[in-house]
Amino acid sequence: MPTIRQLKRRIQSVKNTAKITNALQMVAASKMRRAQDRASQAKPYAEKLRTVLAGLASQSGGEGEAALHPLLETRPVRNIAVLHITPDRGLCGGLNSNINRSGGTFVAMQHEPVQVVAVGKKGRDFFHRAHVHIAAEFTDLGDYPTQAETSGISRLIIDDYLNGTVDRVYVSFSEFVTTATQRPVTRQLLPIEPPAMEGDGEAFLSDYIFEPSPEVVLARLLPRYIEMQIYEAVLQNAASFQSAQMVAMKNATDNANEITRELTLTYNKTRQEQITKELLDIVGGAAALEG
Amino acid sequence: MPLTVEVVTAERVVRVEQGVDVLVAPGSEGQLAILPHHAALMTTLDAGELIIRRASQEDSFVVSGGFMEVNKDRVTILADASEAAEEIDIARAEAARARAEERLRRVREQNARDVDIARAAAALQRSLLRLRVANRRRQRPGPPRV
Repeated sequence: MPTIRQLKRRIQSVKNTAKITNALQMVAASKMRRAQDRASQAKPYAEKLRTVLAGLASQSGGEGEAALHPLLETRPVRNIAVLHITPDRGLCGGLNSNINRSGGTFVAMQHEPVQVVAVGKKGRDFFHRAHVHIAAEFTDLGDYPTQAETSGISRLIIDDYLNGTVDRVYVSFSEFVTTATQRPVTRQLLPIEPPAMEGDGEAFLSDYIFEPSPEVVLARLLPRYIEMQIYEAVLQNAASFQSAQMVAMKNATDNANEITRELTLTYNKTRQEQITKELLDIVGGAAALEG
Repeated sequence: MPLTVEVVTAERVVRVEQGVDVLVAPGSEGQLAILPHHAALMTTLDAGELIIRRASQEDSFVVSGGFMEVNKDRVTILADASEAAEEIDIARAEAARARAEERLRRVREQNARDVDIARAAAALQRSLLRLRVANRRRQRPGPPRV
């Protein structure tokens, strides 16, 4: 049975922990709102780009036909790159282990040699420990990554693909579903698989006047599309991190409060018992004197 | 029917404007103006000034390349980066211009080798464009308010 003094000390220490987790929860909640906001601000651009690309790429017939652009061309796969996007920090529940497990399993399943491009310290450290070749790393993107910061990543990926260092590129990141749910996903980035066209591709092409030409527009569009996808993935990762951290810190605060409640109960009981014991002693002592 | 114009970048929606009478954009094949009932068009844009004109006001934007789609009186500008004239930080643009000019001057006079000429020239062009857009707005604040 712990003494009153020990109990008191533990209660104080748990309360201090709760203060910290509560503060972290508040910070994460406000950052989360901004991160989610940024993710939704990127949507109109992304959707428009997708529609246009779907229309433009629909003219590139089926199998065997020469691809319209190197970024669309499927080559025999000799080397694979995985762009693994994770947060820089922890204290976010299972988010990091989930994304690392999903990315790690994916890499382990490949038959061809894989190189990892790590965004975020958590993923970099994970693959470093697993002795997977890390071709490049980008860390400290901050809570609100900008497009200027992610364009370096895109350039590296596109260059590696175009000069034949890698023949296929995947991206793995935590998709933001809701504040309570983040899902680790892995998607193919290159060669670009154009989104499916809603409606008639032929009609789309013949309806529009293209300046200078459909080919030029497509050639300008494709690198943008990659950049946008990477930027989106990085934003999703940031929103996921803040949400996961907020939820994790909320749970920690709730747990700490629960422990404080239990400890306080024990503390009061112990105190009560001690007082009763002391009273009995005094009463007993007085009785002995009178006797 | 007047035009509806949307200027968006990957980072944010810069402006959504309705009731636009004419739009002037820096197309890669040259500057072009879009009036209502324009045919469906898809074009690449170069860096330049984008002007949105309505009966009572004129708004101007810096665009650093991108795409423009015109369809059924809806104009969507997918800009690589874009700012409205009133958002431009003139002091910063001025500083950028001075820096770029200084670099180019060093190349010319001292044959400096540590300067990336293409980059400095691009920076100079960017800052000049932003200054031009920002100043044009200052000089012509639009028709007097009644």
